[in-house]
Parts: sequence; structure tokens; C-alpha cells
Amino acid sequence: MSRFEISRRSLIKTGLAGIAASALPMRIATAASPVTVGIVYVGPRDDFGWNQAHAVAAKALKGVSAVTVVEEENVPETDAVAKSMESMINLDGANLVLATSFGYYNPFVVDLAKKYPKVEFRHAAPLWSKDKDPKNAGSYFPYLNQAHYVNGVAAGLSSPSGKIGFVAAKPIPSVLSNINSVLLGARSVKPDATVRVIFTGDWSLPVREAEATNALVDAGCDVITCHVDSPKVVIQTAEGRGVKTLGHNASQAPLAPKGFITGAEYKWETIYKSFAADIAAGKTLPNFLVGGFDKDMLQNTAYGAGASDAAKKAADAAIAGLKKGDPIYKGTLKDNKGNVVVNKTYDNYDPYLDGMNWLLEGVQGSIT
Amino acid sequence: MADMTVQSLSIAQIKRRPSVGTLRLAEAIIIPVAALIVSALIFSIFLLVLDKSPITFFTLIWTGGFGSSFSFQNTLQRAAPLILTGLAFAVPARIGLTMIGGEGALVLGGLSAAAIAIPLVSAGVPAFLTLPVMAIAAMLAGGLWIGFAGWLRYYRGVNETISSLLLSYIAIATMNFFVEGILRDPASANKPSTMPIGDAYRIGAIPGTQVHWGLAAGLILAVVLHILMTRTTFGFAARVTGGNARAALAQGLPVGKLIVICTMIAGACAGLAGFYEVAAVHGQANASLVAGYGFTGILVAFLARQVPLAVIPVAILFGALNAAGGVIQRRMGMPDATVLVLQGLIFVVLLTSETFYGRIPFLQPKRVEDRT
Repeated sequence: MSRFEISRRSLIKTGLAGIAASALPMRIATAASPVTVGIVYVGPRDDFGWNQAHAVAAKALKGVSAVTVVEEENVPETDAVAKSMESMINLDGANLVLATSFGYYNPFVVDLAKKYPKVEFRHAAPLWSKDKDPKNAGSYFPYLNQAHYVNGVAAGLSSPSGKIGFVAAKPIPSVLSNINSVLLGARSVKPDATVRVIFTGDWSLPVREAEATNALVDAGCDVITCHVDSPKVVIQTAEGRGVKTLGHNASQAPLAPKGFITGAEYKWETIYKSFAADIAAGKTLPNFLVGGFDKDMLQNTAYGAGASDAAKKAADAAIAGLKKGDPIYKGTLKDNKGNVVVNKTYDNYDPYLDGMNWLLEGVQGSIT
Repeated sequence: MADMTVQSLSIAQIKRRPSVGTLRLAEAIIIPVAALIVSALIFSIFLLVLDKSPITFFTLIWTGGFGSSFSFQNTLQRAAPLILTGLAFAVPARIGLTMIGGEGALVLGGLSAAAIAIPLVSAGVPAFLTLPVMAIAAMLAGGLWIGFAGWLRYYRGVNETISSLLLSYIAIATMNFFVEGILRDPASANKPSTMPIGDAYRIGAIPGTQVHWGLAAGLILAVVLHILMTRTTFGFAARVTGGNARAALAQGLPVGKLIVICTMIAGACAGLAGFYEVAAVHGQANASLVAGYGFTGILVAFLARQVPLAVIPVAILFGALNAAGGVIQRRMGMPDATVLVLQGLIFVVLLTSETFYGRIPFLQPKRVEDRT
């Protein structure tokens, strides 16, 4: 029976293709423009979060002349992504592939970069290693914690109680850094501010995110922020409870017309446009590109109704400071178990901070 | 006298007509093909409403799924795990159980394979010994997991659909617990994973292709399980149990044992899929194992009408739709959900088409009454 099934399916497909071929000239791989950028997303492009931030930049890139952009969303972190990227190279003639999810890198981007040495691969997390990885691969990553620090500053001056609630996905360094930066930002303007954190355990658990938000509001937090893939649920729930909100990844301002203060946003556009320009000019792309406000890779969402005037002023000043390289982690800081974890001034890109596995004193919550 | 004439006439008729078996086969081919065509037509209306060209759409399905050697390999690679997880649903279905826990068995299989590899790799045990041990560990883990749901079904009367689904969530949580806890590779800071097995221990591609060996394993298992379920006394006993468990018990068939064995086979298939995800795809166990293959496998097996051999072409069809989905997104600017809508449509139309079996006149054997 199955022998027949194979042939019957091929038959339909052949038939349809035949009809199509006679009706239309078959589309052949298009590489008309000198730069074809393939972008892969792990989730939907309109998730109000991580993927949307990239999609906004992709849209801006489409406006650049001589650049073609091809996009694929909802690509899981399995060998499916290898095939999606390869398909972009083989069928669409992509000469720059942007892999935007953490788990795409190893082994998929690395293996494919070895297989296609003439195609440039760039991945949105600081994972590229000079010694091990191919030269046509690389990393780009803005340090979003700087924008969370600005969030903290604005929250400190917009919240009557100084109690900030943080819904976090997993206790990994990049998340912990954002939590600690919110605290340091808030304490820079309100020394008794606190951050209460709840870890949901995974990147996208909408029900648990709503529960966590409610629990934080019940515990007295009057500003809510988060680090999950799509902040939509958290922001909407908090707005519904009548508390103020701070955004994450992309703009959530439309979700909270009453309580939105500001949000930590990536500005991938800067990076993508510079990559496209480098390729068009025949220049070598940087292999490892990290930055923050100093390199115009971050922005804070335009202030919403929840931001006080003092908060706007202080947050603008904080951004100006970060552009000059003002450090966030400085002095002597203890974690919330009493151990000294910072005893000098660290540059905002110090590798020590990349391995962060502590929550500062003033953060209520536990990573274990 | 009149009767005899009619009878001899009908015998002559039957001799010239195709046999019942051929008619059944024709029915089993014509109905699904018609269902596929109907789904394509309905979907074309959907596309026209959105002002998109159906011709472009189906051309791209061909281009992205079968059109070139690259596209076909893309299809086969995506089909590979689906064959195994499809079998994980199809085999218990033959014994009358709706086991939807393939996802959990796959995840636990992958975790077990990665976990047992850690001491073996660090002790320098060669790959040809390590890999079989990993595969066995994965199949055992998956087999015991789904086997447990089967055991609960027979000996404790727990609904297997619910228990296997809930066990999947437990399996995923267990995997996260170990991967983020004692099995975590300290180097995997932002994506908790087990220690990588290393390139020397990775299963490569089938020679001459870019598709990993999981495809071959799926093809072989589909054939073996098809023979087991249709050509052996074990398979017969299982089908009798599936038809009527009480009657099977009354006949003295070891129903409990049959159920546990069938469910263990199913779990082993899904566990093996997990092994290939670790040994051929990721090189380690982490949250990427939860990719939904177990759940897609349910759909695959359903469309294959729980026939193990038919799981192969259906899995390939799904692989092709998924492979082409990317091209459709890129060329037509349509969202990823487009292909899911088509899959859902095929599913509904095919289920509806079930009612046509035995009702299409020209596919039925001629009866004597027809002539009178």
C-alpha cells in the first residue's frame, strides 16, 4: 500500500508542478541584488518581544537600496534551522545569514559556516570564539542591561513605593544582569528601592507569567518589568492591575497606555545596516561586535504616561552617561546572601560580569 | 431456474471484475488522493481570498519539498524524527490505545542517551561501543516511560491518553531538572545543556546524503513493525485485543502483557528518535529536544490510519510541507502558520473522507442483488 502512496503523492505533486510550470515560468533562485540577507527567527515576528525587535530592524533594512531581505519565523532550534539557513543560501542566494536565537549557534551555524565559506554568518549572542570557530561566522550582541539600568532609574522616580517586580525566565547570566541593573538604576535615584523577582522557568509560559505578575502586584510592587521572550502578557496583566510597567526587548508602549514608563529596547537596525553596508562595500565584517548605548545599539522606548518628569530627566541623564561609558557595577556590592561580589569598578563589558550568577542585595528572590 | 441463470451470470461478472483485494487497495488509494485534492482546492480558495496565487503556492511546495536534491534531502531530514514518533503512536493504536506521550519519551530518551554518554566519553570508550549503549539507554528510557502508561492502563484502569500526555510534561520537567542541575555542563552558561559528546562520537550522515541515520532507522523499524503487526501471531493477538479486549481475554490472550509490550515498543521508537536528536543533531541534551516531534507524530500516524508502513509516506509529506514552509514564507511573504493551516485542512478532510469507505459504488464488489 505504501508503495502506491509514495507514487501517488509524487504524482499529484508532479501534476501540480506541471500545470504550474506551463502556466508560469518557474521562479529560479534570485540573487539580483548584491546583498541578500537571510534572517531566521525562533518565534513569530509580532511577539512584542525578542523576535519583533529583530523584525523591526529587518524592515528598516528592506528600505536600504541594493539589499534584499528574506525572513523565516518560528524556526525551532533543531536541524530545521540548519536547513532553513541552507535553503536561504541555495534557493535565495543569501550571502549574509543572521541567526537570531541563542540555540542556533552550536552546532548549526558553526557547521554551516564551515560548509559555506563564502557566506557570512552572524549570530545574536556573544558565542563566537576566535580560536575554535570559522572566520566567516561571528557574533553581535548589545548589552541590554544598560537599558534596564535606565529603566531602573526611571522606575525609581516614578514609583511611590520603590518596589519593583521582575518576572524572569531563567536564572542565567544575561537575565540576572538585567535584574541587577534595574536594581542599581533604581537605587541610584532612590537608595531604598528593591526588586522582587519570580523565575518562571522557561522563555515562554504565558499562564505562569500572568500568575507571577499578579503575585508581584499582590506583594506590593507598583512597577512591573520582565525578561521573558514575549513581555506582552506581563505588561497587559500589570496594566490591568493598575500598576506601572517597564518594557523589555521591543516597544510594549501600545499595550499599556496608562502605566507605561519606558522600556529597554534593542536597536538591531544599527548593526544590520552596518553589516549590509560592509558587504556592499566589499569590506570584512567584524567577527565580534558588542556594544550598548555607546555604539547606538540600544534605545529606551519613548516615555509613556507612567513616567514622571523627574524620571524622564534622570533617565535621559543616565543614557548620556552610559554613552560616555559610565560604569554600572562599581564600588563594593554584596549579593543577597551577604557575599561580596563586586569590589571594584567594572567596565560595562567586563568578562567577569558575563558569568554573573548572583542577585545583589536588595533583590528579593533566589536563583536556586 | 431463473436463480441459476442469475448466479452463473454473476460469477462470470465477478471473474471479469477486479478481485475484492484489488478493489480495497484501489479504495485505500483513491479516497486519500481525492481528499488531498479536495484539501488543495479548499486551500486555493483560502489563498485567493488573501489575494495570493495558488499556483505559486503549490509550485513552491514542489520547489521547497522535492524540486532539487537539496530540497528532497531537506524533506527527508525533517521526516526522519516524524517516522519514529509516528510509529510511537501507530503501534499502540493497533491494540486500541491512544498514546500521545511520544514527546515525553523522545525527550527522556535523548536525556538518557546524553547522560550515559558522559562517563563513557570521558573514559575514552570508542564510539562504536558508546553509541549502541546510548541508543539502548534511550530506547529503554522511552520504552519504560510509555510502557508505564500502558501498565497503568491495564492494571490500574488509568486512561492512557491522559496519563501519557501528563507523563510528557513530567518528562520535560525532568529533563530540565537534570540539564539545569547535576548534568549541566558548566560551560553552557546561557543555554543549560549536558556535556557535549564531541565530534568523534557524533553520528554522521548516510553516505552520499546529508540526512542522518535516524531516517534509515525509521524506515527499517516501520517495515519491521509493519510485519510484526500484520504478519505474526503477536500482531494478530494485538489486533484482536484492539478490536475487543474482553473477547481477547475470553480467548485466553495475555492482554496485559500485549499492551505493555506494544506500549514499550512505541516508547522505544520515540526514545530512539531522542537518541538521534542527541547523537546526530545536537551533540548534547538541552531544551531543544522539546521540538514538538512527538506531537506531530500523532498527526502523522492518524493520517497513515495507524498502518506502520504508511507512516513513511505521510511523514515524508509532512517533512516536505515543513521544508517548503520556509520558502513560502520567504517568497510569498506569508506567515509560518500558512503551512499549519494546510496541514489542519488536510487532517479534517482526510478524517471526513473516512465516511466514504465502502460507499463509493464502483469500488464495491458486485453483488448478486445488483443484477436482479
